Parts: sequence; structure tokens; C-alpha cells
Amino acid sequence: MININEVIETNKMIEQENLDVRTITLGISLLDCADPNLEELNRKVYDKITTIAKDLVATGNKIQREYGIPIVNKRISVTPISLVGAAACKKPEDYVTIAHTLDRAAKTVGVNFIGGYSALVSKAMTHSDELLIKSIPMALSQTERVCSSVNVGSTKTGIDMNAVKLLGEIILSTAEYTKEKDSIGCAKLVVFCNAPDDNPFMAGAFHGVTEGDAVINVGVSGPGVVKKALESVRGADFETLCETIKKTAFKITRVGQLVAQEASRLMDIPFGIIDLSLAPTPAVGDSVAEILEEIGLEYVGAPGTTAALALLNDQVKKGGVMASSYVGGLSGAFIPVSEDQGMIDAVEAGALTIEKLEAMTCVCSVGLDMIAIPGDTKATTISGLIADEMAIGMINQKTTAVRIIPVIGKGIGERVEFGGLLGYAPVMKVNNFSCADFVNRGGRIPAPIHSFKN
Amino acid sequence: MKRTVITVVGKDTVGIIAKVCTYLAEKKINILDISQTIVSGYFNMMMIVDMTDIAMEFDAISEELEKLGQEVGVIIKAQREDIFDMMHRI
Repeated sequence: MININEVIETNKMIEQENLDVRTITLGISLLDCADPNLEELNRKVYDKITTIAKDLVATGNKIQREYGIPIVNKRISVTPISLVGAAACKKPEDYVTIAHTLDRAAKTVGVNFIGGYSALVSKAMTHSDELLIKSIPMALSQTERVCSSVNVGSTKTGIDMNAVKLLGEIILSTAEYTKEKDSIGCAKLVVFCNAPDDNPFMAGAFHGVTEGDAVINVGVSGPGVVKKALESVRGADFETLCETIKKTAFKITRVGQLVAQEASRLMDIPFGIIDLSLAPTPAVGDSVAEILEEIGLEYVGAPGTTAALALLNDQVKKGGVMASSYVGGLSGAFIPVSEDQGMIDAVEAGALTIEKLEAMTCVCSVGLDMIAIPGDTKATTISGLIADEMAIGMINQKTTAVRIIPVIGKGIGERVEFGGLLGYAPVMKVNNFSCADFVNRGGRIPAPIHSFKN
Repeated sequence: MKRTVITVVGKDTVGIIAKVCTYLAEKKINILDISQTIVSGYFNMMMIVDMTDIAMEFDAISEELEKLGQEVGVIIKAQREDIFDMMHRI
């Protein structure tokens, strides 16, 4: 039988160390909603989402009350819309109507984000993919809850540099379309390499075509719990450090597994995966940066940061894998700047630069995330940043992503407020030496040699 | 059997256990185990109870316990036992 100290430990994690389930994400396939008639397509999409997801929020709340564990977000991911809308959409504006439908469905069922306004173009873009990508600035500026992502590369296919070039322009354009709100549209747009089909975390969640009709994926969190556990082993050697992280990750993940199973049972929808990510929030004590500092760094960005992050990421996986029956999604420590108070402090202290963040993305998920850059950055420079990050993913056979926000009208050091879970961020310096001739070449970068395994 | 863990945390005063137990008896909730300890000066009590025979919804019981706690000046929480089992037992 459970003893009182175990009960106290669990409740302390929840009440004092911000342990929570970050998201229950319901993946819904919209492939059967495809229709050459745009109106009919929109009707089918709305009906399917609002039918399957009607109990999602209530179920999340019920689990939260019965187990006493906060479930912060209830969200929906759908099949990449470029596949669903291909037959019906003849111009970018047609796609925007689907974005409005998704937004409306999200509001009806009460979820705060719906992901999947996406295109998968890792080798090349179809005409339909291109239309969807061109509609992104309009879609993200006219909707509130829709999230968009584009997969532009993979280890098996190489990198579609035409898409990378286009997305540099699209990101700037999205920033311009939402400039009254500190270019917040860009916070809802992720560019991926090796995007997973079952990621529950926004803004990059979509319901991949390899998935079933509907699936429950859960993202756990708890950087505060890991930080607190590490406070008790200050000065101890790496073996002790790693064991402590591993045990803590196991406990955190078990809660996610329980919540996922319960949600699956209550909604009668299959359980997909647990995403073992340490996801920070702007709240004090809920920071990945603070864990790295607890490991022994004055600020994130100091020499040793990449090694500390590598071991943290690896131990979280080792502890988490045994705690869950299925692991997937992104599964790694997130290092968004604006959503992590410790990262923000490190940038403001001058310890952390984009180049160091890029190095850190080699050893953890996911990429250059929630980084504000000057609004006058050139489109080709943004494409260059994307290309670098995609190359890291392609060569290292891992997921990488770029979610950067060129803040129109703001320069280096100025502060940008996104609000809520998206937090705030100082505008960071970008290396402005030109890469235009590189980006403008056109075509694609071939798949790397180690992708030929057959 | 639907086992639930009820925790009571707060300043120690006379009659806390009595009040909680009276409430549980009224609701036909059977107490399987009780333990208590003091953590950093605060009274911590844990009860493992069986809620199989309750006539009300779990939520309603949970809310009433919370209210009872406020009257006595302590925090009372009811949580399904599974969350602790999952975390601390393989």
C-alpha cells in the first residue's frame, strides 16, 4: 500500500514544483473530409472535429479533478491541410477558409490551439502545398487558435531548398500581417526537418498520415521537479546527477501514462504516445534553463551548456522510456527562449546567442524556438537560419525546427510581449552577413549518404 | 474497489480527524488505512478510503471535503490512488 511519504512527495511535485500534464492532444484524421467542393469540405471538417472532440475538454477536466494533477492544455491536431484541401483549393484564399473552419471548430469544442494547417514538402512542393504555404500569413493573421507547420526536409529525402527560400519570405510576411501584435503570427508557425507524425506539442502538432482515425497523445512536463531533485545532489558526481534525473523523469512520465490511459478509456479513442519532453513555461521554477544552471552553469550559454543539455536530454529519455508503453513525438528538452524565464535572463545577461542555441539544438529537441529577431532581417537571412537548422536535423537523423519571430518595428535588445504560455522575449542579434546567393540557387539538397541503408 | 487517497494538511488542531471521519461515515466511505506525520511544522494526514458505495459523484465528495477543510482551517484533497501507485510502484 502507498505510504504517506510517497503521497506527500507526489503532491509536493504538483503544488510546489509545477508538475503538470502539459497537453492532451487529440489527433483527428481529416482525410475522409476531402471533397472537390470547398463548402462541402469545410462543412465536413467542422462536423468531424466537433463530433470527435466534443468531450475532450470535459474529459481533461474530469481527470484533473479526480487525480489532482493539472492538465494545462487540451488541444487538437489534424491531418496536414494541404492534403485535405488539395482537390478543392485553387488559390491561397480558398485555404484560408479552411483555417477559419478550424478556428471555429476549436472555439466550439473549447481547445486553445488546433494544429495541422500544414504541408509536408521534404522533397518538393505540389501546387497545392505551395498554395497552402502562400496562404499562411493570411490564415495566421485572421485566426486565433490555428497553428501551422511545414516540413521542408528529412534524412531520407534531403532538404527542399525552394520551400526553405519561400518560407523565409512567408515568415517575414506573417510578421508583417500581425505587426500590431508584435508579429505574433510567427509564434504559430514552425518549419521542420524530420517532423514526427504524432507530436502533441504546439505549434508543430499535426496528425500524420500514418496515424489512425483518432488518437490521444500526451505531453508531460516537469522541469521544476527535475530542478528541485537536483538541488539535493549539488556537488555530487555525474553518476549521481544522471541517476537523479532518470528517476525523476520516470516518475513524471508515469503520471502522463496514467492520464493518457484514462483519457483514452473515457473517450474510447486509442492511446498513441507519450511525448517525454521537458517543456518549460514562463512561470518561475518551470524552466529548463534553471536545470542547466543547477547542473553547474552560471548562465545558459556558458561553455559546458551543450554537454549539460545532452546529458539532461538523454537521462530524461532513459527514465521516461521505461515509464510508458509507447513513447514518441518530439521527446526531448525544449529550449524556447520566450517561454523560459532562465533563457530570457541568459539572453539579457549576454550569455546566450543564437549561434549557441543552434549548437544546443544538435543534442536536444527541437530547434531555434520562440526567438525574437529584428524586424528588418532579410528573408534570405531567415532562410539561411532555417537551412542551417534543417541540415542539423537531416545529418543527425533527428527532428529540428525553426520558430523565429522577426518583430516588425523592433530592434536588438527591445522586449516583445506575446502573452500567456508564449511569454516575452528580448530581440536577439542575427548574423547579417549575406547568404542570398546560397539561398537563391533553387532546387534541393540531396539526402545524406547515411540515409542509404537498404 | 475504487480506492482514493484523502490528504489533510495544515495546522494541528483538536478534532480534525473526528470531523473528517464523521463526514466519511455519513457518505458510506470506508477507511482502509490512516497515517499521519509532521512535515516542516505542518500536520499531514493521509487516509486510504474505499469509495465503492458512494451515492454521489466523486467530484461532489471532493468539493465537500474541500469545504470541510476550509471550515476547519486545513487543506483537504481527494485523489484517486492510481496516481500514487503509478508514480511510486513499477
